Amino acid sequence: MTLRRVMIVLLAASVIALPLAGAAWAQAKEMFVPSTVYRTGPYAPSGTPFANGLWDYLTMINERDGGVNGVRLVVEECETQYDTKQGVECYERLKGKNGGAMVFNPLSTGITYQLIPKAAVDKIVVHSMGYGMTAASDGRWFPWVFTFPTTYWSQASSVIRYIGQQEGGLDKLKGKKIVHIYHNSPYGKEANPTLEELAHKYGFELTLLAVDHPGQEQKATWLQVRRINPNWIYMSGWGVMNQVAVKEAAAVNFPMDHFIGNWWSASEADVIPAGDGAKGYKGATFHAPGANFKVHTDIVKFVYDKGKNIGPKDKIGEALYNRGVVNAMYLTEAFRTAMAKFGNKPLTTEQVRWGYEHLSLTEARLDQIGLKGFTHPVKVTCEDHEGSGPVLIQQWDGQKWNIVSDWIQPMKEVVRPKLELAAAEEGKKLGYTIRDCSKEN
Amino acid sequence: MIYREAGQFKSSYASDQAVFPIRQDRVMALIALAAAVVAVPLVASEYWLQAVLIPFLIYSLAALGLNLLTGYAGQVSLGTGGFMAVGAYSAFKITSAFPGLPIVAVFVLAGVVAALVGVLFGIPSLRIKGFYLAVATLAAQFFLLWLFNKVAWFTDYASSGTITAPPRTVLGVMVTGPEATAPARYLTALILVGLFAVIAKNLVRGRVGRSWMAIRDRDIAAEIIGVRPLRTKLLAFAISSFYCGVAGAEYVFLYLGSAETLAFDINVSFLVLFMVIIGGLGSILGSFLGSAFIVMVPIFLTNVPHLLGVAMPVALQKQIELMVFGGLIIVFLIVEPNGLARLWQIAKEKLRLWPFPY
Repeated sequence: MTLRRVMIVLLAASVIALPLAGAAWAQAKEMFVPSTVYRTGPYAPSGTPFANGLWDYLTMINERDGGVNGVRLVVEECETQYDTKQGVECYERLKGKNGGAMVFNPLSTGITYQLIPKAAVDKIVVHSMGYGMTAASDGRWFPWVFTFPTTYWSQASSVIRYIGQQEGGLDKLKGKKIVHIYHNSPYGKEANPTLEELAHKYGFELTLLAVDHPGQEQKATWLQVRRINPNWIYMSGWGVMNQVAVKEAAAVNFPMDHFIGNWWSASEADVIPAGDGAKGYKGATFHAPGANFKVHTDIVKFVYDKGKNIGPKDKIGEALYNRGVVNAMYLTEAFRTAMAKFGNKPLTTEQVRWGYEHLSLTEARLDQIGLKGFTHPVKVTCEDHEGSGPVLIQQWDGQKWNIVSDWIQPMKEVVRPKLELAAAEEGKKLGYTIRDCSKEN
Repeated sequence: MIYREAGQFKSSYASDQAVFPIRQDRVMALIALAAAVVAVPLVASEYWLQAVLIPFLIYSLAALGLNLLTGYAGQVSLGTGGFMAVGAYSAFKITSAFPGLPIVAVFVLAGVVAALVGVLFGIPSLRIKGFYLAVATLAAQFFLLWLFNKVAWFTDYASSGTITAPPRTVLGVMVTGPEATAPARYLTALILVGLFAVIAKNLVRGRVGRSWMAIRDRDIAAEIIGVRPLRTKLLAFAISSFYCGVAGAEYVFLYLGSAETLAFDINVSFLVLFMVIIGGLGSILGSFLGSAFIVMVPIFLTNVPHLLGVAMPVALQKQIELMVFGGLIIVFLIVEPNGLARLWQIAKEKLRLWPFPY
């Protein structure tokens, strides 16, 4: 009975103690950058290296330069477990913190879908770098959403172009069998309309195979693959789904160099569990792998040697780690762009948005910031929040990823008209109106 | 002290049968309601409304629905997520087909669709019981989600398979869509859950509720005294699914704003079942307490390190949160297997006899 009494008292106490006061925030030369991460759960293998890369680059900027042009970045992580509900909780908790969030990088297409309508109302930039809603890349309809350097649709068209190159020309695609294995979620489905359009245009036979969340069970999918016996497989997977798929492909002796993952399906964590079977597996990417850039030296010097890191040192330079670095680099460069116009002081979210919209990253600038040859130059405009960036193909040699192609341009003539149609459709659903870009400055 | 009932005489059947027969309870309930309607929207921050209270209210409604089925009628169901998805997708289809229809009417119609689907999946309950029925309802969960994922018609052929809540108003105030304010969403959810809680309370006190409890306690005996199992069980499935359907529609329209089928996966069914078990099977209050426990305790635990000013890696924090939360569930179930509602009931009995409780 006594224990029960204790419980009653505890229950009463918790009811009284639950309302919590918000933390006070002092005005300082700081800008708040929340980072929604997932370091636990079935998607942690993909989420952790990305979160480390983002954290390390921003910390390095703070430690080396004292922030972006003297404005320190306050970074705070929030664990979402790749779950949309927890992502929304994180967003609501962090958006007003430390003077207000400047930008969200959700790293989840599901969470991005949640934030697209909300963030526009709260006037916060959402940068879904190479994920999220492709239709939101039309800046005329979605001024607060950015998807550069490229999108799922552009990526799918680049990969088809690459397959065409390998087969000896796009006209050789006729009659070829291509399978798209995708995560059965908004993320995985994104590429489907583009692939269907291209299948129609080039006459290849497309089969769409869905894998349900979280993706550990794929026996049925690979039975179908064996039955279809495709020439090429393209995969949009994430988290634990990727390694299972690579293992299954190796188990059914599928030629690995005809198996291409999208940029979220080609990291170390995806191929190492399959051992030698993964050799030859290919993946798309928009930046180089490896840790041999000047920026990595700086990260080691200013973050790891000072003990400010979260992740382990030997994971620096992994594919998804570098993805985090490139994301953080776009962020700081967008802030710099805005500061060039509005001055070197903490920015408002409108100014940050202006910075993202006018970001123009040249080869020379990449060289200056220690990322020569790391990624492709990007130019964002009011109409085009995607940048229509090209894609690289990387291949796993059993030890590391190697770039095996030149920059492959997306088929803009196929993607852009569909994108504009979809943007109008999605924008109207939310009650938006189109913006006249000629009136923007 | 609090419960001094001297002088409260019941001189009519109506006062004897009141939901709150003790005056103090009536007063407290009214104060709580007034606070929820007036004070909370004024005081609570957007974070509290949007991330804590709105999901709490919506899960309460779903738990209420499942409690009618599992707690009162004794039919175990793991299909809650599926029925909520039916509500959400049919609300989306109805409101995009008839944009002029008031959104509350859309919620109710979505509930009706969910009720029909619930009856369909309730038919096996006539033959199978207990764990076997749980497995049969599990089929509903997986089948329904598969259906919404597979058939593009349900999402109006959206390439991503996501449904988005369009902007809709109630009495000129925007309650759904991106422009709707958190207080407006909160009040809509509060009024709906309050209304449905009153209906549920009266249902379980009346003939229908008694026939459910008769079936739950011993179905053969119930049949002998004239309770028709077919009608009673299917009615339980229908009403329960109606509640879950409305909750599902609110879940997308008032809380998330847009959703995919993953938002209604098997975890949602388990969560709602846990709410009912922890809150108290066969208790209206228990549905609310269980929902509060499951929704708020993890959020509270997430915020504890920030409040204490302890800097902790987020991964470690999440793992500690999961462990503490799991531990708390076990502790509560050991201390009081009949749920939080029972704790409240005991506390109240003691308060009524205070200062000489036994």
